[in-house]
Amino acid sequence: MVAQMIEGWNLVIGIEIHAQVNSKSKLFSSSPTDFGSKPNSQVSLIDAAMPGMLPVINKFCIEQAVKSGIGLNAKINKKSIFDRKNYFYQDLPQGYQISQYKDPIVGEGFVEIETENGQKKIGVERLHLEQDAGKSLHDQDPNFTFVDLNRSGIALMEIVSKPDMNSPEEAVEYVRKVRSILRYLGTCDGNMEQGSLRADVNVSVNKPGNELGTRCEIKNLNSFKFIHAAIVYEAKRQIRLIEQGDSVNQETRLFNTQSGETRSMRSKEDAHDYRYFPDPDLLPLTLDDDWIKGLQDSIPELPDQIKERLINEYSLSSYDANIIVSDKATSEYFEDVVKNRNPKLVTTWVTGELFSILNKKNLIIEDSPITSKQLGELVDNIENGKISNRQAKEVLEEMCESGKGALEIIDEKGLSQISNENEIESLVDNVLNSNPENVKKYKNGKDKLFGFFVGEAMKLSKGKANPKIVNDLIKKKLSQ
Amino acid sequence: MKDSCTLKSLAVLLENNKISSKELTSEYLKNIENGKELNCYNTISQEKALIDAEKSDERRKSQNLRSKYDGIPIGIKDLFCTKGVTTTASSKILSNFVPNYESTVTQNCDDAGLISLGKLNCDEFAMGSTNKTSFFGSVKNPWKSVNSDNELVPGGSSGGSAAAVSSDLCVASLGTDTGGSIRQPASFTGTVGLKPSYGRVSRWGIVAFASSLDQAGPITKNVEDAAILLDIISGHDEKDSTSSVNPKENYYENLNSDIRGMKIGIPKEFRSDKLPASTQKSWDECANLLKTNGAEIVDISLPHTMSALPAYYIIAPAEASSNLARYDGVRYGLRIKGNDLIDMYEKTRSEGFGDEVKRRILIGTYVLSSGYYDAYYIKAQKIRSLIKSDYVEAFKKVDAILTPSTPSTAFEIANEPSDPVQNYLNDIFTVPVNLAGLPGISIPFANDENNLPIGLQLITNSFEEQKLLNVARNIEETINYSETPEKWWLK
Repeated sequence: MVAQMIEGWNLVIGIEIHAQVNSKSKLFSSSPTDFGSKPNSQVSLIDAAMPGMLPVINKFCIEQAVKSGIGLNAKINKKSIFDRKNYFYQDLPQGYQISQYKDPIVGEGFVEIETENGQKKIGVERLHLEQDAGKSLHDQDPNFTFVDLNRSGIALMEIVSKPDMNSPEEAVEYVRKVRSILRYLGTCDGNMEQGSLRADVNVSVNKPGNELGTRCEIKNLNSFKFIHAAIVYEAKRQIRLIEQGDSVNQETRLFNTQSGETRSMRSKEDAHDYRYFPDPDLLPLTLDDDWIKGLQDSIPELPDQIKERLINEYSLSSYDANIIVSDKATSEYFEDVVKNRNPKLVTTWVTGELFSILNKKNLIIEDSPITSKQLGELVDNIENGKISNRQAKEVLEEMCESGKGALEIIDEKGLSQISNENEIESLVDNVLNSNPENVKKYKNGKDKLFGFFVGEAMKLSKGKANPKIVNDLIKKKLSQ
Repeated sequence: MKDSCTLKSLAVLLENNKISSKELTSEYLKNIENGKELNCYNTISQEKALIDAEKSDERRKSQNLRSKYDGIPIGIKDLFCTKGVTTTASSKILSNFVPNYESTVTQNCDDAGLISLGKLNCDEFAMGSTNKTSFFGSVKNPWKSVNSDNELVPGGSSGGSAAAVSSDLCVASLGTDTGGSIRQPASFTGTVGLKPSYGRVSRWGIVAFASSLDQAGPITKNVEDAAILLDIISGHDEKDSTSSVNPKENYYENLNSDIRGMKIGIPKEFRSDKLPASTQKSWDECANLLKTNGAEIVDISLPHTMSALPAYYIIAPAEASSNLARYDGVRYGLRIKGNDLIDMYEKTRSEGFGDEVKRRILIGTYVLSSGYYDAYYIKAQKIRSLIKSDYVEAFKKVDAILTPSTPSTAFEIANEPSDPVQNYLNDIFTVPVNLAGLPGISIPFANDENNLPIGLQLITNSFEEQKLLNVARNIEETINYSETPEKWWLK
């Protein structure tokens, strides 16, 4: 449906990601940054812009921004400048936001994403640091708006991409990838529900070969689903306008998460004149080479590198490796389990069974009730033939409920698989002897009955018989 | 009480138990009461000052003094935030504002045991050079012309700080200087006013006017006191990113008036036909005096001097327009109710700010606007760089520069030019020093034909406050200026 609508059109997408810096204190003050605290309980004199207050740079936030820059394969600018972005709003206490305008701390870089057509490089234009604003609460009182300044002054990284994405899927992949890199680096927790990571998406459409179309910016998207839906809606809207002979107005739009539509917030003409100028309260920020080098050396292995290693070391498919490295905790979990075990089996159990349990319980892997050690033990018992795959699923579910180890559960439930050939042979004989009619039919060509015999034999063993041996024996006996 | 009561002399009296801090403080509070007509104080901390004085006397008894100057009362420009004491910046918009924090500079004074008598009147948000823009009315200059009974301006913006020292309503005071706001009123009132190098004194807790130019400093009776007070207030402050880590010197202890072998520059660009003859005469005399005392007088050029004022009146308003955005009626200060947020902003700021402040916010907003930024703000910054390099060049040749502090002596309150640009010319000699971030001092040299004080300005290279004070002290020692205003307000 979407594809049909967009067919024949070229989509151009650029994204600004606002990522909250993972830091205990704010960008220019020592106030804490804990989420969900009592309103106005994390506000210093600086955050409230009391008269005479001055900002002092939090060195840790600078470190985090530079690390992020390194993770985005970007140029680190040894000199950067903090500017004031001036506008009035109730939740902006200073009457300006301290941001970086002409001289950001991080310059051009790129990230690589997986697309239908393979790897694609998405350019990063820049990364700069800025303060967050406070929060306006409009629903507390019929006559007044309340202001919570807990967020005021929290450090944000704005990561601006180049307009290198051409589909909603690529856009989502890009945000996923950036989020993943920041999480690996520990520079942003990437929690989109809490607003730690949000995206402004610029969308335009044009006919292939024609000039770029007029773009619209959709503000503040805080889930992958919304990013995708907003781009689809917006592209369709713009195409419809152009096909009707109208033109697209350059404007900022908001996405309604209920209706899935975007609506105009302000047009280009109404855009603020922010009167940027260098903040005279802060000296230009200069970084020295040794300090940057020190950070470079401290950068952990990032998803692209891990992925490559997983493919080389464990012969994982690119697809599986991608799933595993998309999240730092997942890759760590996986590597814990896979050590000295069968990679294919481990991959299946991590990305298949474990994920399905986590999904069902709505848990993230960090909160998995099954530890990597427990899952490893389970895989060992499959590998050595003690339990079947089907039994292993049962064990996993029990493990999830009780937290007990695989062996303990296997013993308790008496699940241990029967692999003794004599024992199984008597089961098989039993089945074949009790069903002479079907044996005759099978021998006359009704192949499908093979499954029936296997099923009966398994039933008789209460599921414990090693299915492979059952299969082999039945095949052998029926061909006699 | 003697008119020559200084930090230095009173420290001796206190040390010898000739007077207690409480007696001294009461005396000054009485002076303040008697001098109400001068309108120097926005807030008088009567009770607190007396309690603090008693505590100081106890410290003296228990030999637990915070400094040699423990117990001496001073006045504080109403631009420094003071814990529990109303801080207004002489503006209606902050007229009800009581900070719960103390500026670094006033904290330093408290740490030295100095007693605050209260908050001194100034131009609104330090914008002005006559003290007429204060929401609380003009300060009157303690000096009057021998030819007229008309009241004179004390200069600004630290008009209250200068007038209070001149009229003995405090021993010394704190001012701030963005374009001349310490030196110009010091010049108009026969006091010594020192603007330190940018970064020498912390700006933390001082209501900001133009952040890249603002600097706090002392206004005192003489150069020795200026050194003493600078010792107390200066130093690195990690709460101010622009505060210098350069180690501060012991200015008072190292005061040395020997200037033999020094080179003193006289910039030709400061010469003008419009300069009053008496000011020109003082300037020449001072140069001769320095020569007599062993310095070499050198003619120098500061070629971009005439561009300083226009550059200043772009940069300062630009920064001010942004610095004053926080006075929006949302969190503190005045709020006038409105129909919606924008209406509230408009009403609060229309009502809360005076004309001069509004004018500068408008200018500042304009010069930062897209389409004008390069033509004004960027160009002004380029001029600022040129001015800085003028001084860098000059200080390769000379140790200090001598100029008049102001193009005139104090004028009548009623005669203030109605054209703001005319008024801005008051700062023509002082503004370049702020743009270049240098230390400058105004000292009284002589009185003119109307018996009004003439101030001369000395300028040295950045962080050469010691040299600045040494040269100033040499002049002071030689001329021994001891004129005081007749206390007409007591009659």
